[in-house]
Amino acid sequence: MTVTEPKPRYKYVGTRPVRHDGLEKVTGRARFAADLNMSGQLHGIVVRSPHAHARITSIDTSQAEAMPGVKAVITGDDFPAVEPGHRQYDMCVNVIARDKVFYEGHAVAAVAASTRDQAQAAAAAVKVEYEVLPAVLTIDQALAQDAPVLHAHMMTAGANPPAEEPSNISNITRFSSGTDMDAGFAEADLVIEREFTTQPVHQGYIEPHACVADTGQDGHTTIWCSSQGHFNVRSSTATLLGWENTRIRVIPAEIGGGFGGKTTVYLEPLAVALSAKAGRPVKMVMTRDEVFRATGPAPGTKLRIKLGVQSDGSLVAGDAYLIYTNGAYAGPGGLLGAMTVFESYKIEHFNIEALDVVINTARSAAYRAPAAPLTAFAMETMLDEIATELGIDAMELRLKNAVTEGDPSTMGFPFARIGFVECLEAVRGHPHFTAPLGPNQGRGLAAGYWFNIGESSSATVNLNEDGTATVVTGSPDIGGSRASMALMAAEELGIDPHDIRPVVGDTEAVGFTDTTEGSRATFATGMAVVEACRKMVAELRGRAAKMMGADVDDVDWVDGQAVYTGSDGTKDPLSVAAICAKAKRTGGPLTATGSLEAHGAGPGFAVHLCDVEVDQETGVVRVVRYTASQDAGTAIHPSYVEGQIQGGVAQGVGWALNEEYIYDSDGVMENPSFLDYRVPVASDLPMIDAIIVEVPNPAHPYGVRGVGETGIVPPIPAVANAIYNATGCRIRDLPMSPIRVLEAITANGGSNGS
Amino acid sequence: MSRVHVTCTINGDPAEFLCDGGQTLLDALRDEAGLTGAKEGCGTGDCGACSIVMDGRLLCSCLVLAPEAEGTTISTVEGMASGDDLHPLQQCFLEGAALQCGVCTPGFLVAAKALLDRNPDPTETEIRYGLAGNLCRCTGYDKIVRAVQTAAQTINETTES
Repeated sequence: MTVTEPKPRYKYVGTRPVRHDGLEKVTGRARFAADLNMSGQLHGIVVRSPHAHARITSIDTSQAEAMPGVKAVITGDDFPAVEPGHRQYDMCVNVIARDKVFYEGHAVAAVAASTRDQAQAAAAAVKVEYEVLPAVLTIDQALAQDAPVLHAHMMTAGANPPAEEPSNISNITRFSSGTDMDAGFAEADLVIEREFTTQPVHQGYIEPHACVADTGQDGHTTIWCSSQGHFNVRSSTATLLGWENTRIRVIPAEIGGGFGGKTTVYLEPLAVALSAKAGRPVKMVMTRDEVFRATGPAPGTKLRIKLGVQSDGSLVAGDAYLIYTNGAYAGPGGLLGAMTVFESYKIEHFNIEALDVVINTARSAAYRAPAAPLTAFAMETMLDEIATELGIDAMELRLKNAVTEGDPSTMGFPFARIGFVECLEAVRGHPHFTAPLGPNQGRGLAAGYWFNIGESSSATVNLNEDGTATVVTGSPDIGGSRASMALMAAEELGIDPHDIRPVVGDTEAVGFTDTTEGSRATFATGMAVVEACRKMVAELRGRAAKMMGADVDDVDWVDGQAVYTGSDGTKDPLSVAAICAKAKRTGGPLTATGSLEAHGAGPGFAVHLCDVEVDQETGVVRVVRYTASQDAGTAIHPSYVEGQIQGGVAQGVGWALNEEYIYDSDGVMENPSFLDYRVPVASDLPMIDAIIVEVPNPAHPYGVRGVGETGIVPPIPAVANAIYNATGCRIRDLPMSPIRVLEAITANGGSNGS
Repeated sequence: MSRVHVTCTINGDPAEFLCDGGQTLLDALRDEAGLTGAKEGCGTGDCGACSIVMDGRLLCSCLVLAPEAEGTTISTVEGMASGDDLHPLQQCFLEGAALQCGVCTPGFLVAAKALLDRNPDPTETEIRYGLAGNLCRCTGYDKIVRAVQTAAQTINETTES
């Protein structure tokens, strides 16, 4: 681990205790959503569109309704009408189609029956008549002059002049330095322009979406589900059904991976509607096939970037034209691409135009640092080209141009304290950086950036009668955040982390908390925990003062004890347990809450170094060594920070080498299984050496920066640069699968042909 | 269709359940026997989250029909610990932070135990190939492989002493 600044000595923060929810998860006792069963439960199955683009002309449910065991059948007509312009129109019509289906797998109806087999049989008996429409499946098709327009109401937002006709462009984002671009490029000694294409990929969480909904005769429902944000499940379900939030309680089950893909709803509103209609609890669990076809993917892209650089390596001008497909509905891919493409480097003259485009594939969902891995793929491979062209070391080129504190971001605000240079230096100082390479091996360097977010969080700290504590937050724990909450609370209260029970509270047990996304849980919810603990410490000092008969100003909180500091003789310190034992006599239960809108999520930077070995005869690329540095601000539980870095690397390597959605000419997905959509397995990867860099975030009481996402940003270009250094081939299209690598090697005149 | 009566041994205890002829053993374990430790991640034998050992063979219980369990001896993650004592693999996974979301963990533990039972001292490569039938999307496998290495060492030291 690299510590770049002297940090305060913490007793618990920075240690590696066993996580509180670990035992349940290694013994099979943890309850994920699909593990829950209710008395009298029915099974719900979704009827999905076989067509990528079609008008629904009729749905006949009568035969299905008459089948054995069937208790409810619903269609879009069972939900309140929703019109374009509604705040959550896309979410509503994505959960269940109304007049049109926009991708293969789009939900058109749902059935609940006593058994899953009965529900499946009934789902097959729902008769849906379609008028099949021409499908738009690629960016080029979507932008063609005579392209079928998916949504008649889609007038491009951000168009200048304003759009007068509907199109498949949902949004145009423009950022610029406001300077003369021609003059900027004229300052350059070298100008290169490159194009890149990438395909949609899936988050690939191992647990399919699942939920149980139980709606009572009073019109109130309880949902147990696997989600990154149960408050969002509540509000989205309420919106779709036209209900008040108070009619819906959402209890978060353990979540089996999300990576952004479980930040929206698919099944929950259907389960509630079925449950309301049937008067019974309804359980719904997706198959893997449904997960691939109807949820997830991260956008595919076409990117064109032009960079101007002076002979000393100084970047002077950058022009980016980015197109992201967000599937069938508007999405933020292009906007996020625009926010990240030039963010890591000082470029005086820049112009960015980003398009978000709709096509007839599943509506995209967030995936770990959404959009950034692709802009990094383009930028970081182009930087490598520039380094080669100018004869400058790839590391030195990045160090020369890296943003530091005070430099303006693309959006114009200056960076606060950031650790990009420290991450670069950490990799440069690692033995891997100078280790020898074997035959057919190449080494790739790449950096990555993600801005991280804050948002709303709430926490409640309850001290128990025996002096132990319960910390309740509203952040689903998708990778060890409960342990982080306990560690920060332990540090504040001065009690052992294992005397603290961190709990994820349901929507009625804790204050509103935004979804676990944007690497925000340990940062923002951690701040709420710290705030609650500080209020608790103030209360404990007051209670102790009462017990001591002292003035509260003469009582300090030191290492988990109230210590008398006044001049009126000596008094024994009082532990948390001692104060809790007397709570009834000093003012009642000890409870404190923290609720806040967190600002100042410090941006995360990462620098990766990857060695690959390329089989020149088959094009197979094998990652043989990997080192990844990342600025965590302060690592609360270093093991889980390392885990986030290592997990991001594995996903990024899969994205680089194997993963892609493959559709046939009608828009039917051809690889909706883990057999044909191949994610990395243990034998595909080496150990991943994670270097935690700690440049504290000034906005957080412990200096935390989110760490969940940044680690997926550099791997694609790190692999691509390594492949270049092994083969002399620049590959600018993902995935860099064996056939594509082999084609590049062949086109290049065989191995090391450059 | 009448239900099939199955008698077998699960985690050392005699067990019996009724199942449909076409039901998978995974569904029968979860829905009929109440053992939800094995998970369905894919239903096609590609992710290993439903790994169990049946008559000494590691397999994906989503690829076995429940009636095939008649007369067999089955081990699942629920049977790994002996009373209060966790299996060294479980302990090493906990201490080595070898899980994040935890949904693949039961499958990894069962597969890792099967690996160590037949190869008590595996190399890193043998561990990686031994666990290649199990998908983890969170950890990048680094800490899982290390936890298995540590567990193997612990077991071997205990056996030797």
